[in-house]
This record gives sequence, C-alpha cells and structure tokens, in this order.
Amino acid sequence: MTLAMRASTTSAFVGLMRRDLRVLSREIAPFLIRVAMNPLLFLFVFTYVMPHMSGGAASPMAGMAGAGGFGTVLLPGLMAVAIMFSGIAAVALPLSTEFGITREIDDRVMCPLPIAAVAAEKIVFSAFQSIIAAALVFPLAYYIPTTPVLAHVSSWPFLITVLILASLLAGALGLTIGTSVQPKQIGLIFGVVVVPITFLGCVYYPWAALNHIRWLQVLVLLNPIVYMSEGLRAALTPSLGHMPEFFILFGLIVFLALLTRQGILGFSKRVLS
Amino acid sequence: MIVEILGLRKVYPGKPPVTAVDGIDLRVEAGLIYGLLGPNGAGKTTTISIATTRALPTEGVVKIAGVDVVAQPALARRSIGVVPQYNTLDRSCTVAENIFFHCLYFGMSRGESKARTAQLLEQFRLSDRAGMYPQALSGGLAQRLQIARAIAHYPKVLFLDEPSAGLDPQSRIAMWEAVQGLRQQGITVVLTTHYMEEADELCDRLAIIDHGKILVEDTPTALKASVGGDKIVDLKLHSFQNASEIVGRVLKVDGVTSAEITEAGVRIFAKSGEGIITQVVNASDGLGVRDLATTEPSLETVFIRMTGRDLRE
Repeated sequence: MTLAMRASTTSAFVGLMRRDLRVLSREIAPFLIRVAMNPLLFLFVFTYVMPHMSGGAASPMAGMAGAGGFGTVLLPGLMAVAIMFSGIAAVALPLSTEFGITREIDDRVMCPLPIAAVAAEKIVFSAFQSIIAAALVFPLAYYIPTTPVLAHVSSWPFLITVLILASLLAGALGLTIGTSVQPKQIGLIFGVVVVPITFLGCVYYPWAALNHIRWLQVLVLLNPIVYMSEGLRAALTPSLGHMPEFFILFGLIVFLALLTRQGILGFSKRVLS
Repeated sequence: MIVEILGLRKVYPGKPPVTAVDGIDLRVEAGLIYGLLGPNGAGKTTTISIATTRALPTEGVVKIAGVDVVAQPALARRSIGVVPQYNTLDRSCTVAENIFFHCLYFGMSRGESKARTAQLLEQFRLSDRAGMYPQALSGGLAQRLQIARAIAHYPKVLFLDEPSAGLDPQSRIAMWEAVQGLRQQGITVVLTTHYMEEADELCDRLAIIDHGKILVEDTPTALKASVGGDKIVDLKLHSFQNASEIVGRVLKVDGVTSAEITEAGVRIFAKSGEGIITQVVNASDGLGVRDLATTEPSLETVFIRMTGRDLRE
C-alpha cells in the first residue's frame, strides 16, 4: 500500500468515525437510557429492593460476596453486560437495517478504503460506546446498593487493557451476529444468543463459584462473555476470587481474533456479490 | 479510455447457475454520456456493480481510469461516483450532512467539505432542504441528492443505474438536464436504462445489451440509420391471407428498402420522399388494409430488429 493510499484509508476511516459520532451525539439521550436501564434495574432490584424485603440476609449471593454484598458480584458482571449489549446495539442492529430495506451499506462500501476497514470502523466505534456504557455502571453501583460495593483497582493498566479488549470483542461479536443473521431474524438473536450468553457468562456469579458444577464450569469457557466479566472482576473486585489473569487475557485475545476475522469475512461476503 | 471492460463474465452460483453477464467488451471514452440499453435482466446492473467494485467478476477485467477494480478497489473508488437503482442515502444524517460526510470520507478537510456541500446544494437546488432528512424527500429530490453526493469527490466517471426508474416525467426531465450539466463539467457518465427515449435523448453512444451480451454499439443516430430507411409504414390488415402478397408488391415500390410481416400486419421500411406513402397505399390497394401508421425509426425498432422482441417484454 502506497503512502497516498494509506493516507486516504486513514482519512476515510476518520470520516466514518466522525459521521458515527455526529449521529450518536444527536441520539445521546436514548443512548444513555438504553445503556443505563439494565444495570440500573438490576442493581435496584437485587441490591436495594431484595435486601430490604428480607433484612439483608436472603440475597442468593450474599454468602459468596463476603462483606461487599451482591453488588460487589454484580458490578463487574453488569459492566460486562453493558459492554456486550452496546456491541450488539451499535453494530448488529444497525447492520440489519443497512443490509435490509435501506441497503445504506452500499454507500459506506463505496468509500475509498478497503471493505475490511469499513467493518473495522464499526468495531472500533462500537468499542467506544461500550466503554461509555461500562463507565456508566460505576456511579449506579456506588449509589444504589444498600451494602456498599467493595471495589479496588490494584492495576490500572490491567483494567484498561481488559476494558479495551472486552469492548472490541463486543463490537466483533456484534459484527459477527449482524452479518451472519438475516435482517428479519435479528429479533430472534436476543432469545437464542444474547440471553444465553449473558446468563451463562459469569455475570451474576464468579466463575470460581461454579466449581461445584464442574461440567458447566468447563462448558462456559466457550462463552466470550465469561472472559469479559472475569477480566473486570479481576481488575475491580479481586477479593472475590477470579480466573487467573493470564488466562483471562488469553481468552479475550483469542475470541477477539476469531470474531473479528469471522465478522470481517461475513461483512465482505454480504456487501460483495 | 476512462472505462475499459474486457471479456467480462459473471455467473451467480446456484441451481441452475445464472449467467448474468456473458462476455462483455466495452470501452468508454472520456467526456461522453454512455448508455447501456436493454430489457430488465439483460445484465446491465451486474455490469455496473462489477465496474463500481460492488460485485466480483467470474472472468474478465474492468479498469476505471487505468485502475483494475478487482486488484485495487479502494483506489478505483476514488475515480468512481455511483447512484444505484435504490436509495442509499444515509437516513441518520441530514441532506447537507449526506454530502458533507461523503466529502470527508474522500479526504477533504472540514472547510473544503463545507464549501463543496454548499456549492452542490446550490447547483442541485437543494439548499432550502439542507436540514431535512432523506426520508422526507420526494423520489425526484432524493435522486438529485444521490447524484449530488455521488459527484462530490470530483469522480472521473459517474455510474447511474436506471436513473429514471420511479421518477415522474417532470423529475425525469430535470434529471436529464442535471446529467447533461455534468458532461459540461467534464464528468463521463455511464447509465443503464430500459427507456428508449432516455437513451436516445441523453446518450452520445449506446450499447444495446440482451442476455448478458452486447448486440450492437454505436451512436443513437447511427443505430437508427442501421435499420435501413428513415420512414416506417405499418399497415394493419383485416386478415393475413394477403400479407405476403403485399410484401411482394411494396418491395417493388421505389424507395422501399425492406418489408416484413409483423403481428399486426406488414411493416415497411422506406426512404422518406415525395409520394412514398401514396405509392405504398396504391400498391396494397384491395388487399385488406384496415389502417396505416407511419413512424420514424427509433431505438425500439433497432432492438426489435436485433432480438425479435419488444424491449418492454
């Protein structure tokens, strides 16, 4: 690739980012409501309402969570869910309309950059939204639970690495889903993919706590969300016990590489006949 | 040559496989309005999709301004503007933003993009709708915006796929004027159409395409002249029993170049001249002629002569 072509790819990429940023800034309120609603309600029901109902003892995870309460288990898990939902909402859902009725994608594909870069831009911009979504969970987890959440960042570089990898991974997942599913089936994806990977993603319980159900503990290793929630758990609430850090990073990188490849291939296949 | 197509073939896999383009060779000189005329399903859109990097050829080479579209699609796209058959406007952006971001994608600075946007909105008379969203535009306006956006990065060639499909007659004429204006700015235009009048009115050169092959390629005037004669006389008959008799007789008339039996009666091609119609009528007198119509040869006549079919079938 010559210098001029690299410059043109870069400027087209930046142009696409600016366009996405403009559209997002115009829809900032619906965006914030969308990303905040799930963690808000989860925290409210499980760490505020339920403890009040039973005098603080009956929370299902109270024992496991130690002094921090269920909120401490939920904080990293809800961040992982926020990151993943953002990836789906920012890539998979818009793609289903762009591929479907409007074929708007044909316009983006005519930009002077490789098709793979158009797909990569979607992953990167989605990651940006995921990070905002994850950051929103913090204030909610600070104010809502009755028992204060015990969060402690021992390594900022580790937290930032996990956050970035997890956010890119969510975008790649969104791209893979958005390009592999027919537009009219996109609604079904929530039931068939999103809900199962969330519930089996070590979001509402630490992976270590699955040691009593060994087969499940092994099976969930195929779920990329596990590495997202365990990574954030290791970075934010290490007192709970988590997967080895090396293993988390390995899982995040492997799934990121796999899903990015799959997503870009699927994207090229959909736009090039 | 701004567009060079060599031995282009496109086969869509499936059962059975569909050959959409079956060996097309085409060269378009810079500065022309070039038309691909043919019925629906002839392979026009596929040819354009390949030339604009949105489909991959099974065989053959397409070069735009010397750049191979398969080997270097991103580079080729810098020279290409495209308006597909369907509306691909960015629904999340306003009319002005559609052009503005397009300019950014093609590497213009913010300032340049703003200036170019204002200029194009003015040129295409869209300034008063700059803040509207594409969903609110009529078909004609959306089409105009698509053309404005497609040429915003100063492409060398603009591809228009069925530009007048779905437009009312008034918008169609406005679109023709816009396209002629582009030629004056030095932009080569390649368009597909299945409207004869459009091809005739607008194009400097034409290729007539059917079943993925080019049947003939020339200027509209030369194509029409190729029919042989500049006057067509259609005789409608009560019955066909005397049809061949009529053909035999009118062929003896001075100035008649050919005659053939059609579904409605007999079609006669002749050089127009004093008394030709009277002579044809006299020659067929008493053989059951019900009615008579005369026309000039059109591209439709050319197409029917080449394929034996009507373009609209």
